Amino acid sequence: MFRTRPDHRPETVQVFVEGRALMVPEGSSAAAAILISGLSSIRETPVSGSPRLPWCMMGVCFDCLAEIDGVANRQACMVPVVAGMRIARQHGAREVQR
Amino acid sequence: MNLVPVKAAEAPRKFDLAIIGAGPAGMAAAITARECGLSVLVVDENAAPGGQVFRAAELAGADPALARDMAPGLELIARFRALDITYRPGTTLWMLEPDTGTLSLARQGESMEVTAERTLLATGAQERPVPIPGWTLPGVMSAGAAQIALKTAGMVPSGKVVLAGQGPLMWLLANQLIRAGVMPVLVETRTQPILRTALEAGGIFSGFGQLAKGIGLILKARQAGMRVITGAKHLRAEGSARVQALRFEGGVEPCDTLLLHEGVIPSTHISMAIGLEHGWDARQLCWRPKLDAFGASSHARIAVAGDGAVICGWEAAVAAGQLAALDAGLRLGRISRADRDFRAEASAAALLQARALRPFLDALYAPSQEILAPPEESTIICRCEEVTAGSLRWAAAIGATGPNQAKAYLRCGMGPCQGRLCGSTVAAVIAETRNVPVEEVGHLRPRAPYKPITVQELASAQQRVDSLP
Repeated sequence: MFRTRPDHRPETVQVFVEGRALMVPEGSSAAAAILISGLSSIRETPVSGSPRLPWCMMGVCFDCLAEIDGVANRQACMVPVVAGMRIARQHGAREVQR
Repeated sequence: MNLVPVKAAEAPRKFDLAIIGAGPAGMAAAITARECGLSVLVVDENAAPGGQVFRAAELAGADPALARDMAPGLELIARFRALDITYRPGTTLWMLEPDTGTLSLARQGESMEVTAERTLLATGAQERPVPIPGWTLPGVMSAGAAQIALKTAGMVPSGKVVLAGQGPLMWLLANQLIRAGVMPVLVETRTQPILRTALEAGGIFSGFGQLAKGIGLILKARQAGMRVITGAKHLRAEGSARVQALRFEGGVEPCDTLLLHEGVIPSTHISMAIGLEHGWDARQLCWRPKLDAFGASSHARIAVAGDGAVICGWEAAVAAGQLAALDAGLRLGRISRADRDFRAEASAAALLQARALRPFLDALYAPSQEILAPPEESTIICRCEEVTAGSLRWAAAIGATGPNQAKAYLRCGMGPCQGRLCGSTVAAVIAETRNVPVEEVGHLRPRAPYKPITVQELASAQQRVDSLP
């Protein structure tokens, strides 16, 4: 879990992590928002269903795949937050939208 | 910040030089290329220029935990932004066709094609994987990941923080965390003795400035009261739903966040995908593209500069970027050979200076074999497809001669990261099992799209091609 340092990064943006409103520092990625939210995992793997949180935060590992504003399989660490963004966990492999 | 959305169709489509990556190498190359009169496109996946070392420097520059480390980057970023350079942040290169100079780019759900006479890959470095048992547990991250969180959002891990591994970044991050109000414990895996390594590798006099800076970081962290455990072996992350402790031979450290690091390697995903010739670097234990003194690769239209070419840090990356840009100026007929060579002198000297300490650092922080090829059967190597060291050894024993074969056997390298993270470990495990050098087992050959793109993005690319004049 991570904590913010509002004294040094006062500007915040409101996002929704698993439906819950959360203020995160401007410049955060969606993956950072998940780390701040304290969520125990960002996704469960398609192979064994084991929980994961981000590993690299720089677009290499794809362990932070999440559903962002309704689109699954986004690399959450590469998506900067914007006001009102909805970030949700991804369970297993993503499904084709029906 | 350059956040004004630019409609893809309105942007110019042909450039003299396309640069992939807006880190030190990419920015320096762009500045020099403009000075040579080239039209320049810079494509970068991140929201702002700076690369990893100066990541979000414009935001982080005022943060007391980071200000001193960001200062040189801010100067470079200001010069980069002041010039007439077509800069596309938040943009992913998903295919590059070197023969035609065609780049396929995706940005905010749309895709477009542009062409460039020459392309410079300045894609930087990535952290070497640290495949210890339990490294997939939530709460275990790379050290660089925590540093990125600090740079981009000013955030720090809460609770007990353990840094484990080795390398200059560990001491830098330790200092940054301490400045940000977090006191970590450092569990160092270094096995090489400092004094003897220094005497054997040399460079400590010509690289004295860098050495003094490094020693300063070590002293400051120790003076601040950071506990350091040295010579740790057989690391394993333990916990049920998330990490709770780091265990190693002779000790255990409880933790809420475990940050692992064993140095960095060039990001060669694109350079390998387009088929550039690569060679094995036995000193840095990684693959890197074969380049001449100006960064020119085995393909006539492609150059590589910065940590994506060879690991040497940002000052060397700036110099290498300048050299590659000058060479582009010559190849595209904007400057003479004499002019290129004259202008190159200062950059070449800076490069030499920046490289002075590198042999010492490479030798001092050489990762151990248990990090390169995890001995325990159940250790996960490919995080995407959850392929273990044991199954890889089995595959190697029954005939998987290299990573491309193992991919077909086990799917390692076939997940969304396309082998970016597991590639080097897979090769090392196969080499060890077959008892041959890593050079002989080879490396993964990635394919486009370099990152997954949506059908929507693909469809928008088709439309744009149709609507070209």
